[in-house]
Amino acid sequence: MAKSMPKKKPAEPIIRVRDVTVQFGATKVLDGLDLDVQRGEILGFVGPSGAGKSVLTRTIIGLVPKISGSIEVFGVDLDKANARERRSVERRWGILFQQGALFSSLTVRQNIQFPVREYLKLSQRLLDEITIAKLAMVGLRPEVADRMPSELSGGMIKRVALARALALDPELVFLDEPTSGLDPIGAGEFDELVRTLQRTLGLTVFMVTHDLDSLHTACDRIAVLGDGKIIAAGSMGEMKASRHPWLRQYFHGKRARAVAGA
Amino acid sequence: MDSNPTLEKVAKGNALALCAAGPWTAPFAPALERMVAEAEASGGGGTISIDVSQVSRLDTFGAWLIERLRRSLTNGGVEPPIAGLSAAYASLVNEVRRVQSSDAPTTSPLRLRAPLEQIGRSVVGFGDTLVNLVAMTGAVTVSTLRLLRHPLSFRLTSTVHHLEQVCWRAVPIVVLITFLIGCIVAQQGIFHFRKFGADVFVVDMLGVLVLRELGVLLVAIMVAGRSGSAYTAELGSMKMREEIDALRTMGFDPTDVLVMPRLVALLLAVPMLTFLGVIAALYGGGLVAWLYGGVEPDAFLMRLRDSISIDHFIVGMIKAPVMALVIAVVACVEGMAVQGSAESLGRHTTSSVVKSIFFVIVMDGLFAIIFASIGM
Ligand SMILES: Nc1ncnc2c1ncn2[C@@H]1O[C@H](COP(=O)(O)OP(=O)(O)OP(=O)(O)O)[C@@H](O)[C@H]1O
Ligand SMILES: [Mg+2]
Repeated sequence: MAKSMPKKKPAEPIIRVRDVTVQFGATKVLDGLDLDVQRGEILGFVGPSGAGKSVLTRTIIGLVPKISGSIEVFGVDLDKANARERRSVERRWGILFQQGALFSSLTVRQNIQFPVREYLKLSQRLLDEITIAKLAMVGLRPEVADRMPSELSGGMIKRVALARALALDPELVFLDEPTSGLDPIGAGEFDELVRTLQRTLGLTVFMVTHDLDSLHTACDRIAVLGDGKIIAAGSMGEMKASRHPWLRQYFHGKRARAVAGA
Repeated sequence: MDSNPTLEKVAKGNALALCAAGPWTAPFAPALERMVAEAEASGGGGTISIDVSQVSRLDTFGAWLIERLRRSLTNGGVEPPIAGLSAAYASLVNEVRRVQSSDAPTTSPLRLRAPLEQIGRSVVGFGDTLVNLVAMTGAVTVSTLRLLRHPLSFRLTSTVHHLEQVCWRAVPIVVLITFLIGCIVAQQGIFHFRKFGADVFVVDMLGVLVLRELGVLLVAIMVAGRSGSAYTAELGSMKMREEIDALRTMGFDPTDVLVMPRLVALLLAVPMLTFLGVIAALYGGGLVAWLYGGVEPDAFLMRLRDSISIDHFIVGMIKAPVMALVIAVVACVEGMAVQGSAESLGRHTTSSVVKSIFFVIVMDGLFAIIFASIGM
């Protein structure tokens, strides 16, 4: 798993978050947060548990209302977009939820075909073949296609959910802890897969993760969330050089040393 | 850059090349599939290569179609080479190359199979239901015996919570519905009895009907729809999210923790609701008899006292806890039978209501036979 250096990137943010505040009851989870995600990069998003990483992801997608600030995805402000614009944005992103969020009453095959059927008119043969191809891409065998989500292991659910997120070959994917629950080899293959997709499809990846290996091997840039704000953003090297106490502990703790030494 | 993808046959010396050009991406997939099918049909014969150097964009859909083309043009183990593949797209094409073509899903040639299978499943399902009902009754009995020996282990808080849900909160709707039904029965009775000048007998009819049958049946059916379905949905979603398994591994018996409090709450609730329902129905009937039939309240009460005996009331109240037991057991059995999917939860909730109403009516029939034979 060679760490490929990020290529020269055009300075065109695909996600643009400005001064976003999100509040549940009296507690502010996000407090005036700014974030840019560049086209074609893999952004690793870290932060302590409960910091609001999932909330930020859901806010960008439009599932959590914000009290102030603006968010643009593909240059479209989703608050101001009409139904057609929204739909065309939704067609271009894929989302892997933290819990998988597979439709429990559909088989794996139907889960993956669901978004494809909605947006494209394909023959049944091509649909089935693409489904098998997507499953193979995320490292699953074709037999899995006819199982129900309740018959899958936790790691398999993650993979199927990724296959569904990738079903339409999106330009942007949100991954909420994609490698948690995968065995280390599977997680490594997963990182490799994300890299491959980024290279071949020009995919932009917004990846929430706690996996130091993923941060090392897959991510071009790392952003750190704390106290409702981005407290640092930059390459792995910059993160390691940071003096922020949480960052020091995160990137120089026992586990980080074990990863680096391996 | 072309706005539409193409696939053309070009002769290169004595070899034949299929030149793909334009965007080979998902939005063009139907057109691409047609072109690939044509190329497959006319292809073969001579050496063929696939040239993708003119492809402006490629995604998984396009890559797969190129791979499909390559596979179908392979003959005698000789794969047509793919020329002009840029480094970025090569890994994508390699990715889809690893996909093994799976057999198309086989559909049964026998058209009758699905309905036959459905009938078979229903029969087996009915047998399973009976077995599960017996099993749940057994588990509840064991749990009750255990409780009698250790009364302090009874979950009072939980029971009170369920009692609030199924009894206290059900009072308004139960009273309203039974009141209205009482009104309707009285009105219909007066309307038809009047032809024979027998207006006043409506009081006899109302008293016997409401006390023996209508009160308890209406309440049981409403409770089955309102609380039985809630029980099934609660237990079912706990089952779906492995909460019941978690309970079991912590050394709790789900019957003790989940079923008993619900069952006891219903056993208390249905008789109380039945009592209230009966009063409301008689009140409604009396009101209509007075306002519509001209039977003064005093005369109504006199007539009611003469026409009904305490037996009628007892018959209704004996039935109530039995109905509660039937509803609770059916609801819990259905809840525990929920499998992993949301659809299964919906199906079991429906069938919980349908089955408990069915069993309530069957029980009512059995009671009618029993009471008739002992002369009550
Ligand atoms: N719907 C909600 N209502 C109230 N509070 C919420 C809601 N969703 C999230 N929160 C709170 O917001 C905070 C951030 O939650 P979030 O799920 O974003 O954490 P996270 O950073 O993704 O953590 P993890 O790494 O454990 O997934 C938490 O304190 C959580 O309790
Ligand atoms: Mg989270």
